[in-house]
Amino acid sequence: MGVGMQFTSTDYLLVLPMTLLTLFAIGILLIDLMLEQEQKWANAVTAFIGLLFSAKAVYNIQQWLGSRPASYGLMQTVLVDHVTLYFFYLFLAATAITILMSVRYLEIEHESHGEYYALLLLSVVGMMCMAAGADVVLIFIGLELMAISTYVLVGFLRRDRRSNEAALKYFLLGAFSSGIFAYGLSLFYGLTGSTNLATIHTALRQVLGGPYEPIAVIALLTTVTGLLFKIAAVPFHQWAPDAYEGAPTSITGFMSVAVKAAGWAMLLRVLILSPFRLGGLVAMRSIWLPVLIVVAISTMTGANLAALTQTNTKRLLAYSSIAHVGYILLGLVAGSATELNADGIKGILIYLLVYTFMNLGAFGVITSLRHRNVIGDELDDLNGLYSRAPVEAVLMLVFVLSLAGIPPLAGFYGKYFIFLGLVETHYYRLAAIAVLYSVFGLYYYLKIANAMFMRQPERGEERLPVSYAMRAALGVTAFATLFIGIMPNRFIEAANWALGIANNPNTAKLIR
Amino acid sequence: MEAMLHITTLHYLVLGAALFLLGVIGVLTRRNVVIVLMSIELILNAVNLNLVAFSRYWQGIHGSTALHGQVFAIFIITDAAAEAAVGLGILIAFFRNKETVNVDEVNLLKW
Repeated sequence: MGVGMQFTSTDYLLVLPMTLLTLFAIGILLIDLMLEQEQKWANAVTAFIGLLFSAKAVYNIQQWLGSRPASYGLMQTVLVDHVTLYFFYLFLAATAITILMSVRYLEIEHESHGEYYALLLLSVVGMMCMAAGADVVLIFIGLELMAISTYVLVGFLRRDRRSNEAALKYFLLGAFSSGIFAYGLSLFYGLTGSTNLATIHTALRQVLGGPYEPIAVIALLTTVTGLLFKIAAVPFHQWAPDAYEGAPTSITGFMSVAVKAAGWAMLLRVLILSPFRLGGLVAMRSIWLPVLIVVAISTMTGANLAALTQTNTKRLLAYSSIAHVGYILLGLVAGSATELNADGIKGILIYLLVYTFMNLGAFGVITSLRHRNVIGDELDDLNGLYSRAPVEAVLMLVFVLSLAGIPPLAGFYGKYFIFLGLVETHYYRLAAIAVLYSVFGLYYYLKIANAMFMRQPERGEERLPVSYAMRAALGVTAFATLFIGIMPNRFIEAANWALGIANNPNTAKLIR
Repeated sequence: MEAMLHITTLHYLVLGAALFLLGVIGVLTRRNVVIVLMSIELILNAVNLNLVAFSRYWQGIHGSTALHGQVFAIFIITDAAAEAAVGLGILIAFFRNKETVNVDEVNLLKW
């Protein structure tokens, strides 16, 4: 420590994915100035190349780490382990698919600006800081970088009142929750004298049971409130349906998968730090675990009930995405019930992976319905979709059935591991409630299917033109949804790798 | 008398907690978006006050290089500035289309 400190090549390597994305984001802002209005698609290409470079950098870190589980960097503020790399790949994949979905959509909305792609990349930088942070300062700054970029993206259709309104609501509640989160972090700093999650963990053990324990409880409650706001768990979810409905549809998809996965990465970091090095607030598990159980049950109840009455597809999927948060929270309950239950945490990782593809796919179909004069986000706009656009209708069916958790689609395995984790940790009642709610959820998912296949189209509409980029996005998400469902082994092995669990030779037989 | 005038870390914390509560109450009860924004700034300033006070306290224990809290505070000040800029930008975009800054009239999206 001290003045003579120098960065080593390790430090640069570990933050290379973020650095590259930042450079590309700045590059897009500069190149954008030189492009004519009809050449704006070039920004999307630049952003895509940036993502590829960043993915290569992540791969380099993976190679460099080899069999070592984790490495610290930048004066212990960055902790890159396999879970971090897993999240990095997830963010990059989700953003790549979002970019494919966005190009034509922005042209239709007449809002094709380079800033859109620059902000997307910058928000990914923020997400990576959240997933890699081992220091609350870095995690907080990453959170804010992601959140501020997303506020602007939600309000990107600046002539559309609904988009303005969504951005305003998202901003006010997002900034409010960040403030509460930061207050909790400041109290933890005061109690422990450190902003490093590993040091906070060791120092907290001495605080607990001492005279300052009530302050630690206040700090925990404010911090967890901030975290739950970010992942949109009931009762801190009110911003989500509004923001999801008003945002540009491509951004709704992005928020529901990438921003949410980043929120989860942050939640895991703050609460348990890393499966290789327990830290953060894990010492206070006995306090936050019951809170999480209550929040998980109320999230599943609230979101599933509210979803029943929705008439807007985006809003319906917003409530569905809140309901999924409830299931994933149960994964964390199972994962932290004993010292660390691998199946629960593995359930979270696999759930987030499959959720990325199936939910982005569903939003992709809705985005593709947007064409001249038709917004396409009301449930009635889906009426008779099968006769107008059979391919999209079938894909949408695949996505919603997967969201409902029907085997052999990908969504089934997300739920499978979480329920398995719950049973293993003897939360039988919670598992039963979760299964009940996922059956319940089938009703509103089938409402979408019903509109597409059973109802007649209201007007004889022309067939919808779909861009090649959108076809690629839908193709990738549909392929992944089917492929993970039918051949889950590779993905389960990826999650095992992330958690450092040796691959069981019986994996293929037991899917464990 | 001397001891009574001494300002301890606790005083700062109580002030910080008061600011935080005022901010939270402001966000929850005020109807004007600009005042809600100010209340959010109040929360962030409560955080800064906490951080600086704690930093001072830990400097007394770990020596003068224990500056984490002050560094964090500088980051939060920067963040608050960015947030205010984006927030006012969004508010202006909203105002152009709707001519109001009252949160009760932010009501297009609901179920």
